[in-house]
Amino acid sequence: MWGDFISVRRVCPGTIRGVGVDCVHRCIPFSEMSFVEYRDIIQNGDTAIVFLGHDSMFAIKVQQGGSTQTKYGAIKHSTDLIGKKYGSKVTCSKGGWVYILHPTPELWTVTLPHRTQILYSTDISMIIMMLELKPGSIVCESGTGSGSLSHAIIRTIAPTGRLYTVEFHKQRAEKAEEEFCDHKIDHLVTVKNQDVCKEGFGVVNVADAVFLDIPSPWEAVKYAKSALKAEGGRICSFSPCIEQVQRTCLAMTDQDFMDINTFEILLRVYDVRTVSLQLPDLGVGDTNNQDTLTDKKNQSKEDSWRDSQQGTTQFKSGAPLREMAGHTGYLTFATKYLS
Amino acid sequence: MSGPVEVPAPGGGQAQPVSEGDHVVLKREEVFKAVQVHRGRKITFEKQWFYLDNAIGQQYGTTFEVSSGGVLQPLKVKTKEIAKEANEAGIDNRNIIDDGKSQKLSRDDIEALKEQGLKGQDIVQHLVENSTTFRDKTGFAQEKYIKKKKKKYEAFITILKPTTRIMAMMYHSREPGKICYLRYDTLAQMLTLGNIHAGSKVIVAETCAGLVLGAVMERLGGFGSVIHVYPGSLPVRAAMENFGFPKSFYNHLFDFPINKLNSLLSGGFSAEKETLQKQTEVMMEEGNGSPLNTYQGDGMPCGETVMDNNQSEETKPMDVACEEAENKEKNTDRKSNQVEERKSKQEDRLKKLQTAAAVLQERNADGLIIASRLYPSPLLLCLLEFVAPSRPFVIYCQYKEPLLVCYSNLRERGGVVNLRLSETWLRGYQVLPNRTHPKLTMSGGGGYILTGITVAMDRTKSVANISNSQRAEERPAKRQKIEESKS
Repeated sequence: MWGDFISVRRVCPGTIRGVGVDCVHRCIPFSEMSFVEYRDIIQNGDTAIVFLGHDSMFAIKVQQGGSTQTKYGAIKHSTDLIGKKYGSKVTCSKGGWVYILHPTPELWTVTLPHRTQILYSTDISMIIMMLELKPGSIVCESGTGSGSLSHAIIRTIAPTGRLYTVEFHKQRAEKAEEEFCDHKIDHLVTVKNQDVCKEGFGVVNVADAVFLDIPSPWEAVKYAKSALKAEGGRICSFSPCIEQVQRTCLAMTDQDFMDINTFEILLRVYDVRTVSLQLPDLGVGDTNNQDTLTDKKNQSKEDSWRDSQQGTTQFKSGAPLREMAGHTGYLTFATKYLS
Repeated sequence: MSGPVEVPAPGGGQAQPVSEGDHVVLKREEVFKAVQVHRGRKITFEKQWFYLDNAIGQQYGTTFEVSSGGVLQPLKVKTKEIAKEANEAGIDNRNIIDDGKSQKLSRDDIEALKEQGLKGQDIVQHLVENSTTFRDKTGFAQEKYIKKKKKKYEAFITILKPTTRIMAMMYHSREPGKICYLRYDTLAQMLTLGNIHAGSKVIVAETCAGLVLGAVMERLGGFGSVIHVYPGSLPVRAAMENFGFPKSFYNHLFDFPINKLNSLLSGGFSAEKETLQKQTEVMMEEGNGSPLNTYQGDGMPCGETVMDNNQSEETKPMDVACEEAENKEKNTDRKSNQVEERKSKQEDRLKKLQTAAAVLQERNADGLIIASRLYPSPLLLCLLEFVAPSRPFVIYCQYKEPLLVCYSNLRERGGVVNLRLSETWLRGYQVLPNRTHPKLTMSGGGGYILTGITVAMDRTKSVANISNSQRAEERPAKRQKIEESKS
């Protein structure tokens, strides 16, 4: 059934940053660093995250003899990384330092090379929980895109589940396959290069959940239904526009999906800081006024921050960021009950 | 349904029918209730009562209709929408007057219909036929009318397997106080940001009735281990029990009391073994003759009402009563037997505690999740000591302010990067042809989370080495220090 898959490329060019490498394809679950198992020590061939500071990270492929340039100087893989623990501080050639982090789907999401618009962790968390994914789940996904969601799905369904992902763009499909191989999770995923709206997922009655992130999800709903197990399962469709949602909901109703629910989830990030505000100078009053002021000072806890010398008052605040993502997409969930 | 039980195909995941003793979730419209299946046990749900006997042997996902006598009838065919009177509908409501007389059936008439054993669907049909204004209503209003009546008179109940999605939504709508107002999208964030997956060793400090613990255990799928850190004398896990995990999942579930954490950190824990033993002996003497302690020994707190768990609501108090009666009858020789039994149980518990301590003491946990009603900062700073470097941690709090303190304290402590304080907003939509809009009400707040990643602790914190970006990150910590020296 899966005969016409793109053959797994044994040789992947060093994808992310730095050196060109040969990726020897291995399918050994739970034996070496991967996105589905923690390891303590950095080894040759690992994908690692270089942490320079908040909002400043990138992924590297650790390679004997390789080196990576950062703004604090070079990191020599053989001496600075291999054999060290994940989470270590690594001093770069110019004296600055960085932390080397173990890869996770969440760190990958913020460091991966974009080939398409991607889903971020806020939407991804909702998708994974509402699709009821867990170890052993069988999932169908389309399109694969840049593989941001795919990594998170694979992490959740490992070690006994499987992801069938369909991407109609040949180059993207191949690239995703290379990355899965690079990240040692290819034993949990099958990439198929075809049009899900015309040919479906290529599997029938196997999936516990289906996820759609395509421009016309309503055309794929019937394939989603047939991909799901006979006893039922969950479906999710991600669309930026409400018109897409409306057509998708109609298609889901036509296909006897139940409990159709549409959500929008927004992330609000807070900047933690200590703020000091200047106290108003109300001028000098009579003694009576002064008394009430000191009374208040004793009473209210807030005033314990008060610094009368500087004429300011301080408090800790979680201030919303000046700008936030106002919309990513609508998430529509539904259930197929056993028929 | 008799006959051979379906043997699950290799690889698992094959559908198993509902069987006696299963933890299930009942669903009516958008309302959930978690119960355990028992023959002959009366269940009340959404102002209705019934027995689950007929559900046994049916597949999960089956919808039932409640008929008279509380008998569940599996719905074979999907009931189609009530045919609207040949699409006869008004255009607007200019001539619809609310005189309270549009429904020709009286309340008694409706009661009579119900007593005749008429199906909900037929009652709705009667209501529609006897409504004088129905034909004048717009198509949309007619649909809304039918939907409302259906909700009242048609009782379709679906039996589902418990999942994190369902449990989190159920608790959030029915008992938010018990789960510290943790909204389900926030829980979803925690599981993802904590990178909870099979094979991990996770520390969970929660007082959310075991919901967060259950969610973590579901994501581990029986691979890896969990240490439940709890306040008080016993962990509360009613919600986790409702997941109905297989027994194997419990093999790697440990629990450890919060009030022993400091001695564990200082290395004085093993010395405490004896004092603990003494404590338990005292407890046993006090609890002599009372079955309460046996219960507590099982890790099922008795005083705690287990939400929507009929087992706890109905049978447990009964069991207790029975045992009490028994106890009175039986004499002292029996009593000594019970004391022995209790002693061995306590010893088991002590052994489990020692194991949990050893598991924590390895200080190599792959993740830390905190979601409790306790002030989070001390708990966080203490528990982080047990987490390996380069692992994510997540702290939930209903309020933002305690997390601001956590943030500052973490900055000062060091050993963490990528700190982020956040909140999610969840907006539901009504999607219907020509009537699509955000839902009229949304949840005001689902709590806040602080996340970060552990890194190796910097033993020689030299300022000279700090590069520009890191210096920028440390600034709040310094400010914090200044503030503290001032105050």
